[in-house]
Amino acid sequence: MKITLYIWRQSGPNDEGKFVRYDVEKVSPHWSFLELLDVLNNQLIEKGEEPVAFEHDCREGICGSCGFMINGVAHGRQYAPEGRTTVCQLHMFRFKDGDELYLEPFRAKAFPVLKDLMVDRSAFDKIIEAGGYITVHAGNAPDGNTILIQKDIANEAMNAAECIGCGACVASCKNASAMLFVSAKISHLGLLPQGQPERKRRAQRMIAKMDELGFGNCTNQYECEAVCPKGIRKDFIGRMNRDFLFSVNTETESKDFVGAI
Amino acid sequence: MSLDGKVPTGPIEQKWSKHRFELKLVNPANKRKYDIIVVGTGLAGASAAATLGGLGYNVKVFTFHDTPRRAHSIAAQGGINAAKNYQGDGDSIFRLFYDTIKGGDFRSREANVYRLAEVSVNIIDQAVAQGVPFAREYGGYLANRSFGGAQVSRTFYARGQTGQQLLLGAYQALMQQVDAGNVKLYPRHEMLDVVIVNGHARGIITRDLVSGKITKHSAHAVVLATGGYSNVYFWSTNAKNCNVTATYRAYKRGAYFANPCFTQTHPTCIPASGDYQSKLTLMSESLRNDGRVWVPKKIGDKRHPNEIPEEERDYYLERKYPSFGNLVPRDIASRAAKYVCDEGRGVGPGEKPYAVYLDFKDAIQRLGKEKIAERYGNLFEMYQKITNENPYEVPMRIYPAPHYTMGGLWVDYNLMSNIPGLFVIGEANFSDHGANRLGASALMQGLADGYFILPYTIGGYLATVSWDKVSSDLPEFNDAAKEVEKHIKRLLSVNGSKSPDYFHMELGRLMLDKVGMSRNRQGLEEALKKIPEIRERFWKEVRVSGNGESINQTLEKAGRVADFLEFAELMAYDALHREESCGGHFREEYQTPDGEAVRNDEKFAYVAAWEYTGVGNTPILHKEELKFEVVKPSIRSYK
Ligand SMILES: Cc1cc2nc3c(=O)[nH]c(=O)nc-3n(C[C@H](O)[C@H](O)[C@H](O)COP(=O)(O)OP(=O)(O)OC[C@H]3O[C@@H](n4cnc5c(N)ncnc54)[C@H](O)[C@@H]3O)c2cc1C
Ligand code: SF4
Ligand code: FES
Repeated sequence: MKITLYIWRQSGPNDEGKFVRYDVEKVSPHWSFLELLDVLNNQLIEKGEEPVAFEHDCREGICGSCGFMINGVAHGRQYAPEGRTTVCQLHMFRFKDGDELYLEPFRAKAFPVLKDLMVDRSAFDKIIEAGGYITVHAGNAPDGNTILIQKDIANEAMNAAECIGCGACVASCKNASAMLFVSAKISHLGLLPQGQPERKRRAQRMIAKMDELGFGNCTNQYECEAVCPKGIRKDFIGRMNRDFLFSVNTETESKDFVGAI
Repeated sequence: MSLDGKVPTGPIEQKWSKHRFELKLVNPANKRKYDIIVVGTGLAGASAAATLGGLGYNVKVFTFHDTPRRAHSIAAQGGINAAKNYQGDGDSIFRLFYDTIKGGDFRSREANVYRLAEVSVNIIDQAVAQGVPFAREYGGYLANRSFGGAQVSRTFYARGQTGQQLLLGAYQALMQQVDAGNVKLYPRHEMLDVVIVNGHARGIITRDLVSGKITKHSAHAVVLATGGYSNVYFWSTNAKNCNVTATYRAYKRGAYFANPCFTQTHPTCIPASGDYQSKLTLMSESLRNDGRVWVPKKIGDKRHPNEIPEEERDYYLERKYPSFGNLVPRDIASRAAKYVCDEGRGVGPGEKPYAVYLDFKDAIQRLGKEKIAERYGNLFEMYQKITNENPYEVPMRIYPAPHYTMGGLWVDYNLMSNIPGLFVIGEANFSDHGANRLGASALMQGLADGYFILPYTIGGYLATVSWDKVSSDLPEFNDAAKEVEKHIKRLLSVNGSKSPDYFHMELGRLMLDKVGMSRNRQGLEEALKKIPEIRERFWKEVRVSGNGESINQTLEKAGRVADFLEFAELMAYDALHREESCGGHFREEYQTPDGEAVRNDEKFAYVAAWEYTGVGNTPILHKEELKFEVVKPSIRSYK
C-alpha cells in the first residue's frame, strides 16, 4: 500500500519548523510504524537528504523512548481500538492504502523540541530526582519476606509502576499536565509499606517540582488516560491529590511548600 | 600467555567473605576525593553508580539514552533468580551455583558463579526495600515461578516486566544520589574512547549527542556497564541502540575481549515476518512453563494448527528430553527448533517457514483462561499486536533469535579488566555465564555486580592509587579526543550512497548464516573473508548525511556499525579456534550422532581472551585456564 506522511521537520530548538510531505510506496502490513519511518529514512539518506529524527529503542512498548502525534493523537492511539499502545507497537495492518498521516512531536512547554519528532523529556527525571524513590543503601535491607504485602495492594502498586515515562499524557493534555505520570509514581511507592516513611515528603517535593518545571494542572478531561500506553488510571491522580493535601497539613517540611498548592 | 583470574584461595563458600576482608578500604573521609566514571545506566551501571554515590565517592554517570530509565535492561520480561528457597523445594546457594555452572557448560569461572549465587539473596531484599512490586501470594509473601533450565521455583518476577521494575528501582536509587549531589548524570552522551595514562584507565572521551561536542572526562577509575552486542546480527531481541562500541574501543586500547563467540539464541521469539523488519521481539520464556512446543509430524503439513489432531503432533522437546521437557535450557530448545524447521516441519506462512508452535490449549483447559491471562496476559497482548493473531485461540508461533552475549571484556575476580582501573560489569563482561546463560540470571548478575561486588572491589583498587586529581589536559586525553574527531570526520566524508543500515543488514545476514546458532569451519572461514569485504565497501559507499555539530542519528549509527564490522571478525576468529561445541557455540563438526554438543575439556577448558593487534590482523590469544574444584565437569544432559 501507499502511505502519505506529512512530517514536522524542525532542525533545532530555535528553528521554526514546518510540515514536509513524503510518500512511501509498497508499505507492507507487517511493518511497525517505526519501520515505516526506517524505510523512509534509508531512502532519504540514499538520496542525500536528512533523515527524520525520532526516538526509539526497545520497539517493544516498554522503554518509553518512542512517541509522537499521529493525526493529532499521541502514539496513534486512535488506530489501536483496544488501547494501550505505543507507536513502536502500532503495525501497518491497522492502516489503509492511501492514508494521509500528520506526524508531529509531543508539544509542551516543559518538553522543548530538539529536532523533528524528538523532544527533551528530562523534566521527568528532575521530578523523580525530587523524591520519586525510597532511600535505602545497598546491603542493609531486611529479608524480603519480612515485609508482607497484600496481593491486591502489590498488584495495584504494579499497575501504577508500569508507567514508562513516555510523556504521551503530557502531550495530550491541554494544560500539559504531568499529573498522570507523577501520580503513577506517587501511588506506586505510596501504596507499599516500604514507601510510607517518605510518603508525605515525596508528594510535596514531586508536586512542587512539577509546578516549577512548567507543567500545568489537571482539569479532569482525562485525555491522558485515554492515550496512556500502560493503562495508568486517572484514579491515581486522586490518590496523589489526597497525599498532597494530607501532607501539607501534617508534614513539618510543608512550611516550605504551602505555596505550591 | 596465561591469564590470572585472581581467584582467592580457600573453600569456595568462604572465598568472597575472605576476599572482602582482605581488600584494602578507602577511609570514608577520603572517598569523595576519588572520582569514578560509570558508563551505562542499565541494571549494572545504575546500581553501581547509585551504590558508589551512596558510599560517598564522586561519581559521573553517562548514558547515550535521554534518561537512565531507557537502558535496555528495561525490556527484560521473565524474572530474576535468587537462592531464597522460599518455596521449600530444595533450592540453596549451592544448587543455584551448581545449575549455573552446569548450564554454562563449564566455561565460566567457578568462584565468580558461587559468589553470584551467594549475593543473589541480597538482591531480592534490596529490590523489595526499594519498592519493586514483585508478585505476591495471597498471604503477602513473595511469589516464585520456575524458569527455563531450572527444576526449582526460584524466579522472582513483576508481571512480565521484571527488568523494568528492577531498573526503575536502580534508577530511582541513582536519582536520589543525583539529588544528594554525589552523582552527576550525563544523559545523551556517547562514550567513544577510554583514555589510558601510564597503563591505567583514567578517563573517557564522549560526544554530546545534542550539541555534537567532544568532551574529555577524567577520573581515578572507569567502569564500563555498556551491555551486550547481539545487535551485531542486526536482527536480534536487543533494543535497537545496543552496540559494541564502548567495549570494542576499550579492546582497541588494550583490554582483552573474552569468549566473543559465545552468543545466546533465545528460543521463544516472534518469527520474522518476511520483508523489511528491524528487530525480533522476544517473548518471555516463562511461557514455556505452561505452553507446549510442537510441530506437525508430517513434513509440509499446511493445515491450520487447530485442525491437526494430537496424534499427528510432535511435542519434540517432551519426546527428546523427558525429564526437562519444554523447560530445557535455551541453547538446546533453540537448536531443537532449528532442526525441526530444517527438516521441513516448520509452521506459519511462506514457502519454507521457520517457526514452531507454542500451544496453550492444554494449559487453558487445565487452569482456565483467566489464570493464563493473569500469568501471561501482557505477553499475549504483545503477540497479538505484532502478529494480529489471538494466542488464546491459535497457538503462538515462535522461533529462536540472537539474544544475549556471554562474551565480553575479560575481567578478574575483582571485575577489573587487564587494564588497571578499568572495571567492566553486567553483560559487558564475560565472567559468570560460561557458554550459555540460564534464564533469569543476567538481571541477577547485573545487579550483583553493581550493588554488591564492584563497590567493594573498586575500593580495593582505589586504595592503591593516589587521590590527586587526574587532569583531563594530559596529552593522552588530547590525543584520544583528536582521534575520535578524526574518526567522525572520516565517517562524514565518505559521501557514498548507502545507509549505515544497509551494511548492518548485510553483516547481520552473514553473521546469522555463518556465525550463528550453528557454525562450521568452512562457513567461519568464509565469514572471515567476507567481513573485511563488507567493511571495505562500507568505508567507500556509506552515506552519513548532516554534520557532526548537532543531533545526527545517522552518524551515531554509522559509528556503531563501523565497530560491528571490525568486531564481527573477532567473533569469527574465536568461533573458528574453539574446536568443540559448548552452550551457545555449536560447531557442527563436534556433535554426537543424535545432534548433541560435544565438549572438549582436555583442550578447551579455558577462557579465550583476545588481544587487539590492528584492524584486519589476527588477534593474539591469551588463555585463562578454568579449574573446576567443586563441580566436576560432566556431560550436560537434560534427558
Ligand atoms: C527482550 C529481553 C528480555 C530479557 N529478559 C531477561 C530476563 O527475564 N531475565 C534476565 O535475567 N535477563 C533477561 N534479559 C537479559 C538482560 O536484560 C540483560 O542482559 C541485562 O539487562 C543487561 O544489563 P546491563 O546493565 O549489563 O546493560 P544494559 O541494560 O544494556 O545497559 C547498557 C547501558 O550502557 C549504555 N551505553 C552503551 N554503550 C554506551 C556508550 N558507548 N556510551 C554511553 N553509554 C553507553 C546504554 O545507554 C545503557 O544505559 C533479557 C534481554 C532482552 C533483550
Ligand atoms: S502515565 Fe502513561 S502516558 Fe504518561 S508517561 Fe506514564 S506511560 Fe506515558
Ligand atoms: S521504542 Fe521503546 S517504547 Fe517504543
